Amino acid sequence: MSENMNINLKVWRQPSDQNTGSFETYKVQASPDMSFLEMMDVLNEQIIEEGGEPVAFDHDCREGICGMCSMVINGRPHGPKQGVTTCQLHMRSFSDGDTVVVEPWRASAFPVIKDLSVDRGAFDRIIAAGGYVSVNTGNAVDANSVLIPKDTADKAFEAATCIGCGACVSACKNASAMLFVGAKVTQLSLLPQGQAERESRVVAMVNQMDAEGFGACTNTGACAAECPKEIPLSVIATLNREYTSAKLKGR
Amino acid sequence: MSQKLDSKIPAGNLSDKWTQYRSSVSLVNPANKRNLEVIVVGTGLAGASAAATLAEMGYKVKAFCFQDSPRRAHSIAAQGGINAAKNYQNDGDSVYRLFYDTIKGGDYRAREANVHRLAEVSTNIIDQCVAQGVPFAREYGGTLSNRSFGGTQVQRTFYAAGQTGQQLLLGAYSALERQVGVGNVKMYTRHEMIEVVTIDGKARGIIARDLVSGKLERHFGHAVLLCTGGYGNVFYLSTNAMGSNVTAAWKAHKAGAYFANPCFTQIHPTCIPVSGHYQSKLTLMSESLRNDGRIWVPKAQGDKRHPNDIPEEERDYYLERRYPAFGNLVPRDVASRAAKERCDAGYGVGSSGMAVYLDFRSNMMNKYGRAEATKAGIENPDEATLVRLGKEVVKEKYGNLFDMYKQITDEDPYEVPMRIYPAVHYTMGGLWVDYELQTTVPGLYALGEANFSDHGANRLGASALMQGLADGYFVIPYTVGSYLSKEIHTKAIDTQHEAFEAAEKRASERIEKLMGIQGKRSVESYHRELGLIMWDKCGMARSEAGLKEAIEQIRALREDFYKNVRIPGKVNEFNPELDKAGRVADFLELGELMCVDALNRNESCGGHFREEFQTEEGEALRDDDKFAYVAAWENNGDSWTLHKEELNYENIKIQQRSYK
Repeated sequence: MSENMNINLKVWRQPSDQNTGSFETYKVQASPDMSFLEMMDVLNEQIIEEGGEPVAFDHDCREGICGMCSMVINGRPHGPKQGVTTCQLHMRSFSDGDTVVVEPWRASAFPVIKDLSVDRGAFDRIIAAGGYVSVNTGNAVDANSVLIPKDTADKAFEAATCIGCGACVSACKNASAMLFVGAKVTQLSLLPQGQAERESRVVAMVNQMDAEGFGACTNTGACAAECPKEIPLSVIATLNREYTSAKLKGR
Repeated sequence: MSQKLDSKIPAGNLSDKWTQYRSSVSLVNPANKRNLEVIVVGTGLAGASAAATLAEMGYKVKAFCFQDSPRRAHSIAAQGGINAAKNYQNDGDSVYRLFYDTIKGGDYRAREANVHRLAEVSTNIIDQCVAQGVPFAREYGGTLSNRSFGGTQVQRTFYAAGQTGQQLLLGAYSALERQVGVGNVKMYTRHEMIEVVTIDGKARGIIARDLVSGKLERHFGHAVLLCTGGYGNVFYLSTNAMGSNVTAAWKAHKAGAYFANPCFTQIHPTCIPVSGHYQSKLTLMSESLRNDGRIWVPKAQGDKRHPNDIPEEERDYYLERRYPAFGNLVPRDVASRAAKERCDAGYGVGSSGMAVYLDFRSNMMNKYGRAEATKAGIENPDEATLVRLGKEVVKEKYGNLFDMYKQITDEDPYEVPMRIYPAVHYTMGGLWVDYELQTTVPGLYALGEANFSDHGANRLGASALMQGLADGYFVIPYTVGSYLSKEIHTKAIDTQHEAFEAAEKRASERIEKLMGIQGKRSVESYHRELGLIMWDKCGMARSEAGLKEAIEQIRALREDFYKNVRIPGKVNEFNPELDKAGRVADFLELGELMCVDALNRNESCGGHFREEFQTEEGEALRDDDKFAYVAAWENNGDSWTLHKEELNYENIKIQQRSYK
């Protein structure tokens, strides 16, 4: 807490997607117990005091669950640590005197709004295309009338922990959204409640994913390696299998 | 002095009220629903569930959220679970018991009829969520799993590891997106509501600001639903998300909606303590941890030994000592005050002395380790084996929370007890609503944490998720029909109407005023200063002198804000500093009202603890003769008028709350 760290920041500044962007250099004093975003807060207070324009970045819960924070830090989505979001990354992961490069998610399906903020509306549209169970309020049967083996429920839960942050897309050289789509398809295809729409769902979601301009998957695995929730690469295998099977059935 | 508040509680027996209401409320036929437009502001559990359900029913819905996606709403961060009176554990639970626990937990300051309805629909919520594919925790036989939460003696909490809110919200979000996909809901992300538009006394729409372009937009609705959450961020440091704010509710208040019990704030006992001046928020460690974590401080003041070096007999498990019946599972207000009492008396731990231990070792070894050893047929296991075996079970139950703790503090809670301290978490107060969830402005509704209705002076754990979804899925779809059935002849009103014109002008003048100040201080610095005043004087303990001081300080701070704040950038662009300035401006007004309310309430109840009013044992001392009412405040510009809704307990005997 008393120790101070001097950090050199190279931050991507871009007024909007209509303008080109470039890196700006800043110096910030941080402490090891600060989160990365708190360090960005300090930077912004500093910029405001000097009469400049603060860096725009998305963030909300700061507990690693809402999925709003993004930032590519030293070339890696959510920074150098495994399994954490930017908001849960702490400055103790860096050293005094480090130069840290901060960029937005880069993908044509995620246009830059300003500086480090991007538009991830494409993810919502993919869910709207089919990432649900069609059950109107009031239609449900008693919750314990459908038994689900613990292992199946656990696997569905694991896939369902995706926070929709977009790190997978950012990490992928093709900006593919297969890990995101695979996670939702896996969750719902495992559960009995998801069976009725199993085939139409996967086709609709993949079609929307393609329409949004996400790239193809070449099984490099960068997405799973960078996913802050450690969604496994196997969800992509499930997605491929579900899609092929639906197509073979003429969907 | 005050107009009578009509809570519209239906007549009849408590347990029949809701059934009878539903059977007799006016309906809107499907053809008419298509011509009726409903605005839903906020897309957390209450908002997403309401928007989805109303759209399924055939209404035309417009939904708004300030985040970049409806899935980001702060309900997502709820950890521990959701209550429901399913009695799947066969441990004596019932609708009545859930109702009773909630009223008692709220320290007898909630409305009986609303709470009973909440308990009734709680079971439908679990069914609905499971049908949507929400992956709740399950037992090996495939049935749903339950755990305990504070203030109850049954196991009625359903959960999905330590991220129940996320799973429930993603369920409601998927239902909402489904309706977006079929065109029944028009979704506006990165939009903030900044005015309610009223015409002839009825809510008829909103002015929203597109946070990307900065442009103001006019939206018409036959009814407006505010599902905008709580106002805990008035304290600056809280467990709320950074963007959580009171703006929509506050604008409604200024448009005529009364604000009820604003001083009822929940301070959650188990949060990671403050570690530095730069800190932007506090992180909760779920109440579910109190199922297996024991809270203690050293018996000696200022004991600086490492916790693992302090022997059992030199530890004070003060909750177990003071409250043997409920032990570590006393309600939040009680647990928080007890932690403060120990720390103030010099027994606190950590570098600041403002923390207590939450220790899992004993249950890890003796409860889980021993059971696993027995299962594995290991006789006389040693301590290391018990820890190893128990750790696996604890990991499965709370793994993500332990990881989060380690990430933030750099300490491993499997090895060293967690250090925790209370922090602002939830606000029981909110917009006053009647039984139909309608505010004092006809056509304007408030759901979820944004209203005041169900939790009295203290909310029980795992009940916020229940209330948000109850309001959205199962209450508002009926009650809004009662209003809309009379609106079927109202054609959509053109947004060129003078009321829209005037509301937009008010909003834009306010923004111009803020941008015009161009002073020296950042918005953040004002927010931080306000938070300190609130925490010191309107936080866990309040006093007449402190509150009076706070009111003066807040007024002075507000005046300075309008002279010296500096907002960079321009109006018509993506400008997060401007968004924040508008929210802080509203907090600077709300803070004063909270102190006014706390000063008025000359008693202690639930989370509201006035130092002057306590029992000899330091427990909250209510004054039912004078204060068994909801304090609903009407805004008069720069002052408030108090209206009282008397609380009548016909089914529960009101008594001194005891968890001993």
